[in-house]
Amino acid sequence: MADRLELPDATWQRVSPRLIVSEFVGAVISTAIFIAAVLTLTNVVWSGAIWGVAVVGVIAIIVFVLIPRRVRAIGYQLRDDDLLFRRGILFQRFVAVPYGRMQLVDINRGPLSRMLGLSELKFVTAAASTGVTIPGLREADADELRDKLVALAETRRAGL
Amino acid sequence: MTVPLPEEGTEGARHEGGSPPPAGSLRDADTSGNGNRNSLADGEWHRMHPASPLLKGGIALIAILGVVVANLRERIFDLFVPHFPQEGDPVDYILDNGLIGWALLVVAVVLLALVIGFYISWRMHLFRITDEVVEVRSGILFRTNRKARLDRIQGINIVRPFIARLFGAAKLEINQAGQDANVQLSYLGSASADGLRREILRLASGTHVSAASGAQVADRVGLADENVIERRVNEFLAPELDPDAAPPESIVKLNLGRLVGSLALSGSTIFLLVLIAAGVTWIATTGDFFALFFAIPGAIGFASFYWRRFSKSLRYSIAGTPDGIRVGFGLLSTSNETLPPGRIHSVEVSQPLLWRGPGWWEIKVNRASHSSTKGAGGEANTTILPVGDRTDVRRVLELMLPELLAQAGDGDLSAAISVIESGLESKGGPDDGFTNSPRRAAVLRWFSWRRNGFAITTGSLVLRKGAIWRQLVVVPQPRLQSVSLHQGPILRALRLADIHLHTVSGPISADLGAIDQDAAIRFFEDVARVAVSAAQSDTSHRWRAGEQPA
Repeated sequence: MADRLELPDATWQRVSPRLIVSEFVGAVISTAIFIAAVLTLTNVVWSGAIWGVAVVGVIAIIVFVLIPRRVRAIGYQLRDDDLLFRRGILFQRFVAVPYGRMQLVDINRGPLSRMLGLSELKFVTAAASTGVTIPGLREADADELRDKLVALAETRRAGL
Repeated sequence: MTVPLPEEGTEGARHEGGSPPPAGSLRDADTSGNGNRNSLADGEWHRMHPASPLLKGGIALIAILGVVVANLRERIFDLFVPHFPQEGDPVDYILDNGLIGWALLVVAVVLLALVIGFYISWRMHLFRITDEVVEVRSGILFRTNRKARLDRIQGINIVRPFIARLFGAAKLEINQAGQDANVQLSYLGSASADGLRREILRLASGTHVSAASGAQVADRVGLADENVIERRVNEFLAPELDPDAAPPESIVKLNLGRLVGSLALSGSTIFLLVLIAAGVTWIATTGDFFALFFAIPGAIGFASFYWRRFSKSLRYSIAGTPDGIRVGFGLLSTSNETLPPGRIHSVEVSQPLLWRGPGWWEIKVNRASHSSTKGAGGEANTTILPVGDRTDVRRVLELMLPELLAQAGDGDLSAAISVIESGLESKGGPDDGFTNSPRRAAVLRWFSWRRNGFAITTGSLVLRKGAIWRQLVVVPQPRLQSVSLHQGPILRALRLADIHLHTVSGPISADLGAIDQDAAIRFFEDVARVAVSAAQSDTSHRWRAGEQPA
């Protein structure tokens, strides 16, 4: 779409394509759970269970197809004084966080991400609504990024 | 080292009478009336007001004990004295059996245990204020030690609950950012609490001007001649704001009529009327009076809600001090709080529909600390102005804006205020200082698209929205945490976008919907830039650091 929201002169760093795998597995698991739920519910109240499953299946397929694009849409950029983050294709979101506002940086690794060698980096500011979480970073990259961000935050520290 | 001796007749003196004066550097906080208050912030350990344990729960404990004993008298006696006759007075029983000595002994032991417990907890509760931190130690079995950095103070609140006021005591609460992060000094002598707050703020401000010049305690020594009752009465009737630290006159007068009117025209009144109408129709149509069952609890609920709102706003005052804005309110239990500069994270001026006729506004703020003060504090400590007309709003904003704008010049200040004033009532349009939504946004903002917009003034970001519920949000640039730009499918089809300014959580969410996509991108970039530069040049954590001794 020509009209997509795009910031001028931003060069995005993308996350690892391996995130697609982990997102895919997550989506499959939740679809399975959802189908099971639909089956049990529809068996009790309604005989047309197949239709419920079909609806869930169609939604799941759309989600599956969109996963690679969603992962490719995640990006971040370390600018001079702030971190820029974007995600989403249908619902786009851009966030700019000055380094000095960072209160702490978290690195999370789930079991699946660990198998794939991925980490998730989370930035916490004093505002709960900032909500910047970069998934799908390679472990070494995540550690390096965290150290870099902490150092940057230290040099630009500001109060609340 | 001198131990200030409270003059005769105060609770302090009575308490000291039974025990030797505290040794060494330990001092009693109840120096009210001595004029020697600044010594509380001298970096040494001090104790609370001797009546503190009583005020904190002792009175309730005694009352509960009284009720329990009065109600369960016979059962308790059954428990301990199996042969107690079911009829007759226990006092008679004691007299008949010659147990007076024992009874008195039991009473004496219980009283002694309570007094010793209170005394130890009072002895163990210490605080000190150094140049860098406030530190409190408390607890008998479970010791706690809390330190709070002075330059991170978000506000200092002095609360005087009704009973504590009768004792001439006050609770000092030092607000820090975060949940349950406040430091409470409860209780202090009422007058020494004011002095201590001034001293803490002076230390926190980083000023080099000594307190002796401006903040020297006005001559209260003369009061020492008065007796306790007179002094209490005087304290009770004294203005909420200490005259030597703040102009005695509040810059906003909240008269009773306006307060009642603002409550009568609030949203809950509409809700109440709808409820009544629904109840009446129900009774009229069904003919049974079952609905009346809900009327009594409902009436009690609404009455207490209105009373809370009302008493909370009584004797409201707001004034500027060198150390920030001071807001006080309350009739019987009072609370008054100083917000140092740079502790206000966003400001919202809003006008509900019903207030448009009289032209009233309300001002709320977001702040990093969460006051644990119940009743009077609670909700109210984010409401800076409960109700006021346009002049009041202007005065309050003028008071707050120099702080919001950090180092703004006079011209900048009036420019910023004129932007805000035009933001309040303007219907909107091109060239009114705001970048407003384009016409196509009328699909999403039916009435307000003309005035739905943003402006960047020196030092702050202004968002204007709402044609029916008018609203204006001001976010000081140095307080902005981050900024985000959103676009969903509908907005994309209309080439519009949403902007969210992230500040600490509070009643205000600074977001603006449905603005032109390109304008939104430019605003996002500008805001990201000014957020960085404003945060770097901000010095408000030590707000008077630049001052030098005269």
